[in-house]
Amino acid sequence: MTEASLALDELERDALAELVNIGVSRAATGLRAMVGEPVILSVPSVEVVSRKAAATLIQERESDQLIAVRQDFNGVFSGRALLIFPQANSMALVRAVAGDALPTEELEALEEEALAETGNVVLNSCLATMANMLQQPLDVSLPHVIRGDGPIFFELNERVSENGVVLFLYINFAISGRNIRGYIAMLMDLPSLEALKTLIREFINRVMGSDDLGQFT
Amino acid sequence: MTNTVLIVDDSKLARIVAAKAITATQPAWKKFEAGNADEALTLLSQEKIDLAVIDFNMPGRNGLELAEEIRKIHASMPIALATANFQDEIIAQAHTIDVSFVAKPITSEGLSGFLAGAALKLRGV
Repeated sequence: MTEASLALDELERDALAELVNIGVSRAATGLRAMVGEPVILSVPSVEVVSRKAAATLIQERESDQLIAVRQDFNGVFSGRALLIFPQANSMALVRAVAGDALPTEELEALEEEALAETGNVVLNSCLATMANMLQQPLDVSLPHVIRGDGPIFFELNERVSENGVVLFLYINFAISGRNIRGYIAMLMDLPSLEALKTLIREFINRVMGSDDLGQFT
Repeated sequence: MTNTVLIVDDSKLARIVAAKAITATQPAWKKFEAGNADEALTLLSQEKIDLAVIDFNMPGRNGLELAEEIRKIHASMPIALATANFQDEIIAQAHTIDVSFVAKPITSEGLSGFLAGAALKLRGV
């Protein structure tokens, strides 16, 4: 696979960002319903970077320990979706989802489960929206809660060196009423990127009609 | 009657899709495109624009902030906010400034209600 075939062109990158944007907007609507507070999203970033750089991108901004809900997806393209936030925000999120009325001990007992369920709602609605728009089914694994720092979240496959490139998508979110912030991130490795590129091309042709493509080439 | 519609979206693809959806129901309407709020306001000051379809999540000012700006100048312009983000606060804020909702991804069916309403309203002006 050559570098040239790997790179997404301007319109493909634009289309991918828009797909992610629509997916994450729906996910935010779901999260809003769960926490009862408005959820603010940033504009998505789409980058082809080394695995190490992906971890660094998050780590650079976060000096504290992080917590993430991880779900792997498999289909024509495969990868990992993550809902990441500082560990210090974890109980605030659990409180927002489970309700303020519960005593702290009960909330602590619920933490793992509440985080997994929140991640499940957010990540699934994002992935399902993208899969539907690309007209390809995706199998999504059960959510796992992991704690640590950047590299732990981004190890997709032990056989791949950390210098191998990945497609890295991320969006910042904030629930300002609860002082919670974090990221929704997606990571795909090289063979998936190639498959995704084809699907994005098909998606573009479908929504635009292939006869209009001339002006972008 | 020929109207002029302003499409505002940071995604070029989304602008093309919106333009196609408009053409499908209103082939004669003239279209302008802007990639962000500043470009949109510049176009609005230079051109005669009758209605606007605006993306919500954009770098810089978001679609609602832009719609608020437009409302100050054009009190009755038909404006639609295009988004998949249906949070209660966004819907409420849009309603207070009389902005319609159009679901993303934009389709001609999804947009047709807003366009038909706008066409009627603009004919009445």
